[in-house]
Amino acid sequence: MAEPASVAAESLAGSRARAARTVLGQVVLPGEELLLPEQEDAEGPGGAVERPLSLNARACSRVRVVCGPGLRRCGDRLLVTKCGRLRHKEPGSGSGGGVYWVDSQQKRYVPVKGDHVIGIVTAKSGDIFKVDVGGSEPASLSYLSFEGATKRNRPNVQVGDLIYGQFVVANKDMEPEMVCIDSCGRANGMGVIGQDGLLFKVTLGLIRKLLAPDCEIIQEVGKLYPLEIVFGMNGRIWVKAKTIQQTLILANILEACEHMTSDQRKQIFSRLAES
Amino acid sequence: MEEETHTDAKIRAENGTGSSPRGPGCSLRHFACEQNLLSRPDGSASFLQGDTSVLAGVYGPAEVKVSKEIFNKATLEVILRPKIGLPGVAEKSRERLIRNTCEAVVLGTLHPRTSITVVLQVVSDAGSLLACCLNAACMALVDAGVPMRALFCGVACALDSDGTLVLDPTSKQEKEARAVLTFALDSVERKLLMSSTKGLYSDTELQQCLAAAQAASQHVFRFYRESLQRRYSKS
Repeated sequence: MAEPASVAAESLAGSRARAARTVLGQVVLPGEELLLPEQEDAEGPGGAVERPLSLNARACSRVRVVCGPGLRRCGDRLLVTKCGRLRHKEPGSGSGGGVYWVDSQQKRYVPVKGDHVIGIVTAKSGDIFKVDVGGSEPASLSYLSFEGATKRNRPNVQVGDLIYGQFVVANKDMEPEMVCIDSCGRANGMGVIGQDGLLFKVTLGLIRKLLAPDCEIIQEVGKLYPLEIVFGMNGRIWVKAKTIQQTLILANILEACEHMTSDQRKQIFSRLAES
Repeated sequence: MEEETHTDAKIRAENGTGSSPRGPGCSLRHFACEQNLLSRPDGSASFLQGDTSVLAGVYGPAEVKVSKEIFNKATLEVILRPKIGLPGVAEKSRERLIRNTCEAVVLGTLHPRTSITVVLQVVSDAGSLLACCLNAACMALVDAGVPMRALFCGVACALDSDGTLVLDPTSKQEKEARAVLTFALDSVERKLLMSSTKGLYSDTELQQCLAAAQAASQHVFRFYRESLQRRYSKS
């Protein structure tokens, strides 16, 4: 008299892996599997498809696809681990299959090698500064990693200073290390950030949007007041304008940019430009 | 400054075994979910099932005390606070169940020596509390961007004294039932991640409840998908 439980199980559509190309720009959820372009022919509709055995070995036609944030390799498919929109970038120089990644909205920063970030010096121990970058542990910064620093000529860095630097070591197993010089030994804008100004936090997605090459927000903001601005990929922005009131206005505009459409933004800018 | 996405979905799930002598089909209560409503945690979500409502906040991957750190994966902590009174033994046991479910799903090896903390606050309890907590925890983990290998959902069902199966029972139905079973299922293959049962039931009844829960989880996952699509379409 037992009702077979398998009846219900069969009616549940087991989600088949979809081709990555068809899902570009759509929202993907964790747990979905994506097929890379060259595997789509192999997954014929409904199982075993007979193909003539080709003498010309097609195994070498595999392209090298880079798996970006939010995706992981799972066998020869891509497994989605974060929720967001799937994006793809074609390879510039022709070799390889490009980069796939998931554009997700996050507040928490995870250190990545090569990222430029704003940190706050929390401790000075011997020759190393401990810098809080918003990740799970503080990054270490050696006093020799500043432009023109030698053992005799130490940089003037105090606890509580703001530092703009980049990561040279940032992986899940080691403590992150940052420096304030580039590979040629020049500061290139990095180092201790000057006096005054305001540091505030925004989401990581907004930073990426503001740093995109064709972002109009920064151009419009620049036309309003003369200002200095530093973006850290860890979600921190430092702003300085001539007066405190202007600085606060700029901070509020940038924080609100996330939720405004471009029309609302233009309205606000025109209102501010008049006053 | 907070983005509010309020998604309402009225979902009815019919029990697959229509020819069963055990009464009419079962249905899930009205769902609602809101994400990113708290400004301090890295991710937050509020999940409503009928009148049961749970608020969840996720912090992580963040610093962890040296005594609690695990060298090769993230330390997952769950804190459940009841609506009134201090947390007791029942909360502790529910925390452990939720933690085991989350650990099966979260990719902790990507963030070793960090801590991921899920804080759940019961706002109102009108039956199927553990299932609602699981759903809120899942939505909050997704909102925080914690890497996961699948989504999970909680489904509760109650068995009457004459064997009628009721999905998503209210507190009155839970009190009168002879057995209450809660299952946590994953989104990839509807596999069972966790089960917590109370009362008297037979082997076949367990299988039937599990099958009904798997069918109902489809609706919950569809609701997750719609809610997340709505959130990303606004940006």
